[in-house]
Amino acid sequence: MNRLVDRRLNGRNRSAVNRQRFIRRYKEHIRKSVKGMIAERSITDMVKGGDVKVPAKDLSEPEFRYGSGGDWESVHPGNREFLSGDRIPRPDGGGGGGSGSQGGPGESVDDFVFTLSREEFLSIFFDDLELPNMMRTAVAEADDKRLVRAGYVKEGTPSNLSVLRTMKSALGRRIALAGPIRDDLERAREDLEQARQADRPAGEIRGLEELVEELEARLARIPFLDEVDLRYRHRVAVPRPASRAVMFCLMDVSASMDERKKDLAKRFFTLLYLFLTRKYERVELVFIRHTDEAQEVDEEAFFYDPQSGGTVVFSALQLMDEICEARYPRSEWNIYAAQASDGDAFGADPAKSARFLHDALLPRTRYFAYIECPDEHQTGSSRLWVEYEAVADASRNFAMRRVFDPTEIYPVFRDLFRKDTAGVAA
Amino acid sequence: MNARHEPMLPHGPEWEFEVLEQYDAVIARTAAEFGLDTYPNQIEIINSEQMLDAYASSGLPLGYPHWSYGKAFIRHEQSYRKGYQGLAYEIVINSDPCIAYLMEENSLTMQALVIAHASYGHNSFFKGNYLFRQFTQADAILDYLVFARRYVMECEERYGTEEVENVIDSCHALMSYGVDRYRRPQPHTAKEMDARREEIAEHERRQFNDLWRTVPVGRSGAASPVASGGFPGEPEENILYFVEKFSPRLAPWQRELVRIVRKLSQYFYPQTQTKVMNEGWATFWHYTLLNRLYEKRVVDEAFMIEFLHHHTNVVGQRGFDQQGYHGMNPYALGFAMMQDIRRICEKPTDEDREWFPDLVDTDWVRTLDFAMRNFKDESFISQYLSPRLIREFRLFVVADHADDDMLEIDSIHDEHGYRRVRRMLAEQYKRENLMPDIQVVRFDRDGDRSLTLRNSIYRGRPLRDEEANEVLRHLGRLWGFTVRLEAVDAGGRIDGFREWRP
Repeated sequence: MNRLVDRRLNGRNRSAVNRQRFIRRYKEHIRKSVKGMIAERSITDMVKGGDVKVPAKDLSEPEFRYGSGGDWESVHPGNREFLSGDRIPRPDGGGGGGSGSQGGPGESVDDFVFTLSREEFLSIFFDDLELPNMMRTAVAEADDKRLVRAGYVKEGTPSNLSVLRTMKSALGRRIALAGPIRDDLERAREDLEQARQADRPAGEIRGLEELVEELEARLARIPFLDEVDLRYRHRVAVPRPASRAVMFCLMDVSASMDERKKDLAKRFFTLLYLFLTRKYERVELVFIRHTDEAQEVDEEAFFYDPQSGGTVVFSALQLMDEICEARYPRSEWNIYAAQASDGDAFGADPAKSARFLHDALLPRTRYFAYIECPDEHQTGSSRLWVEYEAVADASRNFAMRRVFDPTEIYPVFRDLFRKDTAGVAA
Repeated sequence: MNARHEPMLPHGPEWEFEVLEQYDAVIARTAAEFGLDTYPNQIEIINSEQMLDAYASSGLPLGYPHWSYGKAFIRHEQSYRKGYQGLAYEIVINSDPCIAYLMEENSLTMQALVIAHASYGHNSFFKGNYLFRQFTQADAILDYLVFARRYVMECEERYGTEEVENVIDSCHALMSYGVDRYRRPQPHTAKEMDARREEIAEHERRQFNDLWRTVPVGRSGAASPVASGGFPGEPEENILYFVEKFSPRLAPWQRELVRIVRKLSQYFYPQTQTKVMNEGWATFWHYTLLNRLYEKRVVDEAFMIEFLHHHTNVVGQRGFDQQGYHGMNPYALGFAMMQDIRRICEKPTDEDREWFPDLVDTDWVRTLDFAMRNFKDESFISQYLSPRLIREFRLFVVADHADDDMLEIDSIHDEHGYRRVRRMLAEQYKRENLMPDIQVVRFDRDGDRSLTLRNSIYRGRPLRDEEANEVLRHLGRLWGFTVRLEAVDAGGRIDGFREWRP
């Protein structure tokens, strides 16, 4: 017969799978939108998700349908003014057929706009599947430990004693040991009682009395608490990401760094930032720009404030060192740095910078990435590149890549962290 | 008035499960008084998100995964969140037991309305109407959906999501051409076929005479359909069926996917043909049943006022020049017609006696029941739309002809116009009027395996050009060889031609 079922609790979000299908299918559009978002957002806003627009035309599901033209009659309600034979002009756009209620045209041709969630945005940003691998690499790097509960053990310090567990096992032990004795005792008492009532010889009664006493004594000897009962709470150390990280963005903003190069740098910085936010609870950003001298600035100025002047890389590295010293002690902060430059450097600067990097900065940073964005048709290595190469060979937490085109940013980024995986495994 | 006095039902804005059960029981008793024959009901309470889910999969509780459902979901969700669109109060599935989904946000009165509407109105329609009886197996649909979903997902695992999606996309493009409008003869079983083959072979053996070989073959032989490549002998309007049975390229699993889409299309077919009747019937019964509850004094005035408020919203019909006009409202038209039939039975006027001599002074319950069982929208309107309703709705016909640069008012609600208005309105619900007539006419089985479709142009109405090419491309993907679409005008001349080659 009739049934009334409460379905509210199950099957929420059944369409999630269909939504994923939809996103997968329109990935090209979505990716384009995401690209646009990257360009116009600040690094810290990047992880918000956002609206994606897909042109209605690309979404339509085709069918055989009547177009406009041909002869139609349609019936409508609410006539107040017309008589048969009245002639009226076609309403605008009246291309004949399907006027009014016919199933013909009249669908809206608006673009289809929908909102990507933060996760969907990131997954497209990081291109799906690669991320988990990178995450593992990242966790392996972090050497902070945290103690977590992991059951109970038989040995430990008194402060970890679990009274409840200890009493439980003591009770169990007492029951197990006392059981057989108690049975014997009961039987002996019964025998004694019977012997007394039957007036057995005194010797026999005496023997039984002794037996009862002995059993009672044995029962009394079972300890209330024994060494073997003790249980201690167990804790194991698991690595956990330190909660705080700081990321230094270093960029050459001299005249030779044009918009294209800055855009490349921004993309790389963004990737690293997103990556770090997935790993650390809190990530601070420090922007250092340099021409022939270095300045700490805010993000706006960093990317958009035009500057001119020469190039002294060393100044930026030095400033970073000073800031670390002053604000980010190594014991509390995970320090990451990404440097972007077109590689122009002059005189003694490259060599000096490389040495400073190797001696002063690398020991205190977890990871230092150098991205070079040379001119499009430049061949051969810049001087800074050559000097840094030596550093890269000598250290594990330094990596360098050259990037010409925005499309290369992601592969390069991935490549950097791949390399790191191998390094950790080795 | 019923002699038995029932106690007042609990009332108030909030509902509870026990209260709903009480309402359901009273409504069931009342429906039985009117002789409504229904499948058992299963009433399920869902939240708005689940309602959106159900929307996205065209009301089916277990669709197979497909991106277009995701698109529909996102679209509905957005317009719902922005407040452009309210959600339906209920969705009902044509199955046995008949499943009705009720939204938890509904007030108690709404739930009562929806139970009467879906679980007794729609339900009895599903069980009674000839189209539903013929074409859908109510007791099997849920199992079939489960099977389809699982099958599609298994295929995805085995052949890749993309491959499966391609096939389903192509099938969806042809979905409205996956319908049998008349019942196919039962296919022969394999055993029968074997027996038949043996019989023929035996007959040939007995008749064998080598002399026949020497008889020259007459020219007339070439006219036989098979020899000329003229297959199928009769045009086939179920394109998906034809693809499923004869496509030279499809792998068995792809064929099964075609079949799944075709089955779904077939399942929806009766609903597309009975929108006005189905909604009219359900609306008529929620109106009648709840009014009966009030007559029995088991619900109070507050209940009725809230109910009438919703009811009026549902059956409102905007005029053609009013904002928000989207053509005829099937609820309004259907409800008005059902009410009107009852009126003609009970209190006929002279006009009714002239127009509907068979209806006047009959038992309205039986007359309505007959109408519900034996018609679809087109025939229902042409049979039962009364002049009185045409006047009430102030219906008029606009003619829009290609060779005329003005529109012409063809007829209005006057003595000369009634019949024509009625016919035109009925036509509007005819399948031919909603979708172009396209059928499979030729499959060159022994030649290049090409497939030819014919679009019989109806009153000069052309296809939407680009879209038609798109669909042809989809058909080509399923067929694997050249597909053609020829347009033929009323005189039988070929008027247009498109082709897709692999």
